[in-house]
Amino acid sequence: MNILESFNYWVVMILMMSGLYILIAHGNLVKKIIGLTIFQTSVYIFYISMANISGATAPIIYKNIEGDNILYSNPLPHVLILTAIVVGISTMALALALVIRIKQSYGTIEEDEIHAKEQQQ
Amino acid sequence: MIPWDNEVSLQLTILMPLIATLAIRLATNIPNIRESITLVTSICLVVIIINLFHNYTKEVNVEVIWLEIMPGLTMSFSIEPLGLLFVLMASFLWLITNVYTIGYMRKSQEQHQTRFYQYFALTMACVMGIAFADNLFTLYIFYELLTLSTYPLVAHAGDDNAKSNARTYLSILLFTSIMFFLFAIIGTWLVSGSLYFTPGGLFHQTLSPSASVKPIISILLLFFIFGIGKAAIFPFHRWLPAAMIAPTPVSALLHAVAVVKGGVFTILKVCIYIFGTESINNLPATQALLYLAGVSVFFASLIAMYQDNLKKRLAYSTISQLGYITIGALLANSSSIIGAVMHMVIHAFGKITLFFCAGAILIMTKKTLISEMRGIGRQMPITMAAFFIASLSIIGLPPTAGIWSKWFLLHGTIQAEQWLLMGILSISSLMNVFYLLPISISAFYSQSHHNHINSTSLEAPLPVLIAICICASACVILFLFPQPLYLLASAIISTTS
Amino acid sequence: MSSQLPILQVIIPLISAPLCLIISRPKLVWLFTLIASTISFIISIILIHQVMQSGTIIYSLGDWEAPIGIEYRIDYLNAYLLLIVTGISSIILLSAHTSITAELSHNKYVLFYVLFLLCLSGMLGIIATGDAFNVFVFLEIASLSSYSLIALGKDRRALTAALRYLLVGTLGATFILIGIGLMYMMTGTLNMHDLSERLPNLSESRTLIIAFSFFTVGVCLKLALFPLHWWLPNAYAYAPSVVSAFLAATATKVAIYILLRFIFTVFGIEFSFSILPLQKILLALGLVGILTASTIAIYQNNVKQLFAYSSISQIAYIILALGMNNSTGLVAALLHLFNHALMKGALFLALSAVMYRVGSTQLTDFSGLGKSMPWTMAAIVIGGLSLIGIPLTVGFISKWYMLIASLENNLWPVTVLILLGSILTGIYVWRIVETAYFTTNKTGLNHIKEAPFSLLLPTWLLILANLYFGINPRFTITITKLTAQSLGAMP
Repeated sequence: MNILESFNYWVVMILMMSGLYILIAHGNLVKKIIGLTIFQTSVYIFYISMANISGATAPIIYKNIEGDNILYSNPLPHVLILTAIVVGISTMALALALVIRIKQSYGTIEEDEIHAKEQQQ
Repeated sequence: MIPWDNEVSLQLTILMPLIATLAIRLATNIPNIRESITLVTSICLVVIIINLFHNYTKEVNVEVIWLEIMPGLTMSFSIEPLGLLFVLMASFLWLITNVYTIGYMRKSQEQHQTRFYQYFALTMACVMGIAFADNLFTLYIFYELLTLSTYPLVAHAGDDNAKSNARTYLSILLFTSIMFFLFAIIGTWLVSGSLYFTPGGLFHQTLSPSASVKPIISILLLFFIFGIGKAAIFPFHRWLPAAMIAPTPVSALLHAVAVVKGGVFTILKVCIYIFGTESINNLPATQALLYLAGVSVFFASLIAMYQDNLKKRLAYSTISQLGYITIGALLANSSSIIGAVMHMVIHAFGKITLFFCAGAILIMTKKTLISEMRGIGRQMPITMAAFFIASLSIIGLPPTAGIWSKWFLLHGTIQAEQWLLMGILSISSLMNVFYLLPISISAFYSQSHHNHINSTSLEAPLPVLIAICICASACVILFLFPQPLYLLASAIISTTS
Repeated sequence: MSSQLPILQVIIPLISAPLCLIISRPKLVWLFTLIASTISFIISIILIHQVMQSGTIIYSLGDWEAPIGIEYRIDYLNAYLLLIVTGISSIILLSAHTSITAELSHNKYVLFYVLFLLCLSGMLGIIATGDAFNVFVFLEIASLSSYSLIALGKDRRALTAALRYLLVGTLGATFILIGIGLMYMMTGTLNMHDLSERLPNLSESRTLIIAFSFFTVGVCLKLALFPLHWWLPNAYAYAPSVVSAFLAATATKVAIYILLRFIFTVFGIEFSFSILPLQKILLALGLVGILTASTIAIYQNNVKQLFAYSSISQIAYIILALGMNNSTGLVAALLHLFNHALMKGALFLALSAVMYRVGSTQLTDFSGLGKSMPWTMAAIVIGGLSLIGIPLTVGFISKWYMLIASLENNLWPVTVLILLGSILTGIYVWRIVETAYFTTNKTGLNHIKEAPFSLLLPTWLLILANLYFGINPRFTITITKLTAQSLGAMP
């Protein structure tokens, strides 16, 4: 398989893995959320690239162009991913709200410090 | 004698102690009412059961179904001779123990007496359920309930020592019953498709005696014998000495009679009605289990000889005597089954007398160690005389009933040509002589360490004495008139063949 | 009207949620929520009746036919799960008003009901829908609202627990999204029914195996299958008690539904069990999960946390039963789904009563409660016996089927380990019983009274259900057997 032919998957994979790495490795809660967002974004790209058909145009119908011969890319994944983006945004908003509350009650957003404070309790 | 029919009586035997449990709860802090409820219930129970015994005939099948959980998996009860014998013994001894307990508890001023009477009644309901269970499932439910409802009795004292012992008690019994007993029940269900106790043996009736099922059935037998932890077969015997932390009436009724006899009763039921006397002899596992029971008999007797705590010594003696019954059940010929069944009853009378005496000594003199009991016979002559008679019965010497059951058991070993087992049983009986007789003999004939003990009478309260005397005389009466017992025991054999 | 029932089931709680904000008086909102949930419950009863009479119900959303529009499909499995979720949520809501007044600050009462209804409608949506992507959307609705519900807990550790759950849950949901994307890429459809027809032709494809793996791992994160369970104990322990009860009884069940639906219907038994070594994996994970989680539960000092670990081990039981790969095993799994919901619902509700009176669920605070809160503790004892699997409780029925399933497969070591699991369960239940009944309270908190009726009623409703379905399991056994047949397991 030609590496360049499937370069979109490489991009998706690299983004996904870096997102996952940030999520796991970083102790700062905001950085964790950034990692999670990168991870989700990679999936959006995966869906959008999947919809692409080489040589196709955007799936918009103009009245003055004959519709039979034109190749459209698949619009359904775009719609799906719009929904997924909305979900992603709300997740991020909720996560950040929680981080603010954590900062208020623990005074820190570093995971190990929070853990230490929880142990004392 | 009783206006309703046998089905109702059968259910009443289980329901009455249950109702008594609730009634006792309501009568908290009114000792007289509480104790009269217990007494009245136990008297009614004895009357009902004697009536059942009178009406029992082989032809009329008395059966009650309570619940049907799945097709073939029912909670149901029926009457058969072995169960009848067991409840006759248990209900009669409950009555006697109640008399004893009232004297004992008032004298020793125990805490939480209501809880005590309440759970005591509850355990009797469980015993009735075990005795009349029509299938393994029903029996298992009541078997587990019995374990759970005796826990508060064992932990009665409430201190850390009592609780840790009670935990040992509970964990061993629950462990064996869940790991082995339940496993064996499910295996039985899968192999034969039924759990009902069948005359002649469920496996004998449903399975062809081919070689291929033998290993499976052998394993099931192994699991049954280990799973019925209440029979205290080595290596699952440790709960019995641990349970001795309980007040003496509990040790007497439950850990010399109801619970342990519930265990060997279950073993007898399984051997006779699930495996069948004929097929059990052909299993490779039987021989191994017989020797295991032999080891149990021998070593428990040996350990008993070195116990200085009277209740502990009696506990180990019980383990050893339970081994006799298990051996009788596993040998599965007519003499050994009759012997085992008779021993179940006769040992109960002997052992409960011994425990009653131990309790009487404890509340009157606060003594628990055998070495302190020299010369005590002068203060408590009636108690120690009863102790002597009961010892004779456990050993198996005339003029006490013990001789009959041991006679049949030994005859059973001879019939099966198990010479080694015969030797073990004889030696163990000899050991009984060494660890039981010296107690009462030195109580009467040797001088106390402390010469200042005056010979004023220290006999226990009247209810305690009455209970002791009734049980001790029962040992003698059963020697003189063993006929009814023998007939019931042989009825079990005749229903199976 | 009756043809619109599948969508009404989901829509009623969804629309009720914003309406709560309009009503805004706590007690009225509570009544309103209760009514909404009860209507869903009634609908689910009608639905299961319809399914039994006339087979699978197919409903096209907005009258758009299946390949273009979204289709709702109600067969035995859906109807059964809908019944469990709505039934449990209605019973739990009965106690909500009393319980949250003790555990939440005043300005959050209404918010709680909004979130509760959203979570409920999310779960119902997951179950009712027949569209793979729709599953993801509803999953996120349910998850987002449950993160917020957990964060409502008074203890500040609820915040970290909620955030941790959010991170893990989103990770799991994204995994599921990847799995769905790969499936779509290969088949060009998102309709589960179409997927189930097209996927078998692709069973040699490596992409399908990857799709399956992503999807399954994602779902296992959601259902807290050991070793992906670490988010669960704290989340259940520090959430408000009602939330713990609701989530423990329903959320994991819904995740198991997704797993069942995709393993059995979408990918097919053939692919899942023959081509992939799923049986061995599920058996191994199930066994390790049961034993480890039960052992950890024994050492917990917070009873809520103890029951949270117990939930993990009970979920592992369900997974183990699935791994038996025979119809008895499937029946056992489905039975345990229902039975565990009853047990855990009852136990966590009883804990909410303890929380209400004592203000804590530390084991040491349980001493002497047997006397001061007899009804609550009796409920915990019966619920605990049911967990162990003592006869006459529902726990026994599902254990019985599991044991028979394992012996039918000649997996007797598994049988032994299941029994061992029961003993471990017995130990942790016993710790509570012993503390409550056989130790006296040293701190002198003698003023503790029995919990109010509004907390006892739902608890005992569930406890009585535990006993009733343990004594007369005809309904559950019939429905689970039909479900197992409809999922295509051997009769």
